[in-house]
Amino acid sequence: MDKVDAIIVGGGLAGLTAAYHLATAGRQVILLERGDVPGSKNVTGGRIYVDPIKDYLPGIIAEAPFERHVVKEIITVLDDDASVQLEYANDRWRSEPYMSYTMLRATFDSWLAEKVSEKGAFVIPKKKVDDLLWEDGRVVGIKAGDEEIGAHIVIAADGALSFLAEKAGLRKPLEPRNYAVAIKEIYRLDEKTIDDRFGLQPGEGAANLFVGAITRGMFGGGFLYTNRDTLSLGIVVGIDDLSRQKNPVAASQLMEEFSARPEVQRWIRGGELKEYAAHIISEAGAGGIPKLYTGGMLVAGDAAGFSLNLGLTVRGMEFAVASGAIAAGVADEALAKGDLSATFLSRYEQKLKESFVLSDMETFRHTRDVLENKRLFTVYPKFLSELLAALFTIGKGKKEPLYTSAKAAARKYVLNWEGCKDLLSMRKM
Amino acid sequence: MKVEEKIALDAIKNDRESHIKLDQKICGTCRERMCIPVCPGHLYSLNEETGDMVVEYAGCLECGSCKIACIYKSIDWDYPADGCGVQYRYG
Repeated sequence: MDKVDAIIVGGGLAGLTAAYHLATAGRQVILLERGDVPGSKNVTGGRIYVDPIKDYLPGIIAEAPFERHVVKEIITVLDDDASVQLEYANDRWRSEPYMSYTMLRATFDSWLAEKVSEKGAFVIPKKKVDDLLWEDGRVVGIKAGDEEIGAHIVIAADGALSFLAEKAGLRKPLEPRNYAVAIKEIYRLDEKTIDDRFGLQPGEGAANLFVGAITRGMFGGGFLYTNRDTLSLGIVVGIDDLSRQKNPVAASQLMEEFSARPEVQRWIRGGELKEYAAHIISEAGAGGIPKLYTGGMLVAGDAAGFSLNLGLTVRGMEFAVASGAIAAGVADEALAKGDLSATFLSRYEQKLKESFVLSDMETFRHTRDVLENKRLFTVYPKFLSELLAALFTIGKGKKEPLYTSAKAAARKYVLNWEGCKDLLSMRKM
Repeated sequence: MKVEEKIALDAIKNDRESHIKLDQKICGTCRERMCIPVCPGHLYSLNEETGDMVVEYAGCLECGSCKIACIYKSIDWDYPADGCGVQYRYG
């Protein structure tokens, strides 16, 4: 069988970055994407941090079609009928180089695909890969419908569900407790209205995180990002928790209730809903990473479980870009040596360990244990809300000293054995 | 706004054949029906007359949550055929 140098499955950030580097190195590359164009099946929250990726997309990142650079972070903690909001703004984020940008994947990925094509890689859309081709226990290409295409190396960048990693025997079937489902709505609002509403200068953006009553005690939270002339509003809920509800509430219903909250309405009011999207997110951290290589094949991006929830920040896209670039580097070396064995390709894992990808995943290995604590979504938001209610409320009777009110709320919710354990568990972060 | 109305805003090209197949024998013994709350499109329902589980595959957003949630492995789920399914314009 004729073989191309490399086949990359999936036109997301990992696949496109890998294709970009291999094509730059002069390799023959075919990238297969099942959507109409790269980006059309992809969803982000979302925002991307620039520093981790700029060396992996050298030269081109400066002209990337980002939405807005983030200058303020808003955290909203919600009780059933009350909320606390904290806004953190930092002047340093207002000047270049900017730390992070909001983005939309349909725009970004199709732009990156153009750059990849300019380098000489073949980006083929509307092509779903069904299976791998094997020879002597090694991957030697892919099967798409009736077509078979041979390749010296296959890079599986086929997303969080990665059927290819499963088919290659690199990972087990996905488990409910390791995944959350994200629903995202896009609201159209004009640029000036977004600037005024969020207190932003043109080009500046805001990120808002929501936690508490909106997930009805289940693992998860909400997010809102300002794009140029749209808002990305969404909710993330653990699949295991959604499955085990005593009186089941649908994920779509949670999204509807969330968008109806006054804390959300103040931002999206008058906006026109343009799109309703959903995607899964790996919440397993380092524990959810499959075997990353076998003879003739590497796994990158979401397909490799590279996603990290740190509570206040959730990262995946930087890992995708970095792992795609690192996979391309190792593939290029392997092609030069003519050694596509699993033994040689194991240096992919080594290089990921030397980079921030596996090193960050390892550092925050136990963060999940802390974030899984249901009290974060129930007890603490309630405590904060009741504490502030007690401090601010003036009735007709005698008001208790503030300390007495605060102590009562604290005793009820956090000054107990559970609270003590929670505090100790924070060391794992 | 109802979830059906939200999905109607999306660009979706329907395949003729469903990319989601259910094993009614397994579904018949399932009491939890976790596919129903988990699906962001609220596409799963129980047909009260026949007792069968039904999935409206045409509104599928291709997240895969149902496949993960169904621990009894009743859901045979593959991506829709080339050029079919949801095409996000924002993402």
